Amino acid sequence: MANYSTNEFRSGLKVMLDGDPCSILENEFVKPGKGQAFNRVKLRNLKTARVLEKTFKSGESLEGADVMDTDMQYLYTDGDFWYFMEPDTYEQHQANENAVGDALQWLSEQDTCIVTLYNGSPLSVTPPNHVELEIIETDPGLRGDTAQGGSKPARLVTGAVVKVPLFLDQGDVVKVDTRTGEYQGRVK
Amino acid sequence: MDEWKSGASIGALKRRAQMMASIRRFFSQRFVLEVEVPLLSSSTVTDINLESISAEVSGSKGYLQTSPEYFMKRLLASGSGDIYSMSKAFRDGEVGKKHNPEFTMLEWYRCGWDEHQLIDEVIDLISSVISTPENVTRDITKISYTDCFVDHLGFDPQDVDLNRLREIAAGLASGSWFEETRANCLDLIFSLKVEPQLPLGIAIIYDYPECQAALAQIGVNSTGQKVSRRFEVFLNRVEVGNGYLELTDADEQRSRFNRDCINREKSKKSPVNIDTKLLAALEAGLPSCAGVAIGVDRLLMSESESRSIDEVVSFSWLRC
Repeated sequence: MANYSTNEFRSGLKVMLDGDPCSILENEFVKPGKGQAFNRVKLRNLKTARVLEKTFKSGESLEGADVMDTDMQYLYTDGDFWYFMEPDTYEQHQANENAVGDALQWLSEQDTCIVTLYNGSPLSVTPPNHVELEIIETDPGLRGDTAQGGSKPARLVTGAVVKVPLFLDQGDVVKVDTRTGEYQGRVK
Repeated sequence: MDEWKSGASIGALKRRAQMMASIRRFFSQRFVLEVEVPLLSSSTVTDINLESISAEVSGSKGYLQTSPEYFMKRLLASGSGDIYSMSKAFRDGEVGKKHNPEFTMLEWYRCGWDEHQLIDEVIDLISSVISTPENVTRDITKISYTDCFVDHLGFDPQDVDLNRLREIAAGLASGSWFEETRANCLDLIFSLKVEPQLPLGIAIIYDYPECQAALAQIGVNSTGQKVSRRFEVFLNRVEVGNGYLELTDADEQRSRFNRDCINREKSKKSPVNIDTKLLAALEAGLPSCAGVAIGVDRLLMSESESRSIDEVVSFSWLRC
């Protein structure tokens, strides 16, 4: 992999730090007028999702990480692994529970997700920003009560629990923003 | 971000114009002469931590100046008396929230003054040109570099063993610190550990370590340690200026330039030819004087509490 110098550190760049792949979040240039320049860098460790702050002398470099975000179709799970397929090559990848993480509660078969590959194997899975899922469990709906205000929890077919308006019922399909977990609307 | 647009609002541009007018009024009332000196010259600074932007001028090499200092000292040696310059300065590789490769620098010299007299004038200037003086003049602190370290870190930066400094630096930043200079270790520790704890308002740090003298005279502090007669100005914990009791000794200046050149070579920085015209001016006689440079953009950032220099200049490098 190529090396990247501190002046090339940009948000989203993937680099190796202490043996782990990291994504750069912020890079602040610090320099006393007459002194040596430094870069204070915020990074997210892509294995642990922890955010850390490191200071580098300006001009130092880090090795790029072999990390690639790839669109893949979710196929199925056998309980131990979740299987994804690259649509162009039909190549399949298995992701463990750690890699799937919170995406688990939003995954429906055939959805297109972003799978982050590190040295060729799945490191993390990002679900689509918006998903449409069926409600499988909620208090009975108050039909006709479409007035604003009031919500109740509803369990969706993938396992996620979201707050929905009172008029919705079991069997309804709702659109949810997976980044916030918020209800966006009913799908007719 | 609309890159064609100015990063500064029209209101911010008006404030800039007002501040520049009040700076000129301040010096005019005190009979300090405004001078314009070249931004482009065939020589430049040797300072190891400053990189000049080079240009091709009619087939030969030129440099955009990192400050007006050398030309202003040549004017002082020519008998100009007290002078100031408010113009652009250029530094390569400096891009960030508080840095732009091209920025506005206010620099002035007072003949016959020492650095402490100049510090008082810096405080007067800041108080009279920023729009929110009550926020900064309420708290004015003057503290020596040594006391900053003793108060916040519990050790004396002048006496501390170099290897101990390198260990502390290595604990704060990645990379190799075990061959690093005393000055660079101190800079790191100051930036990361002292600066965030400086008092709010105007804070003046004086008596810098001898190894960070740059173009300041060397003196002796109250406890008998050798210090450089240099000060820095901080406004709400952001560095806004740097001043000296100016070195007037041509031989000492020449040996500092030579030392810089050796250090540049060691750390594989681009070679720079020594400015012989400045040395000739010092030999002819630079009057005893104190000088200071203030970053005008930083003053504007501070009064408007801007997060980025992009908000106070018409077009920062991101938009050029």
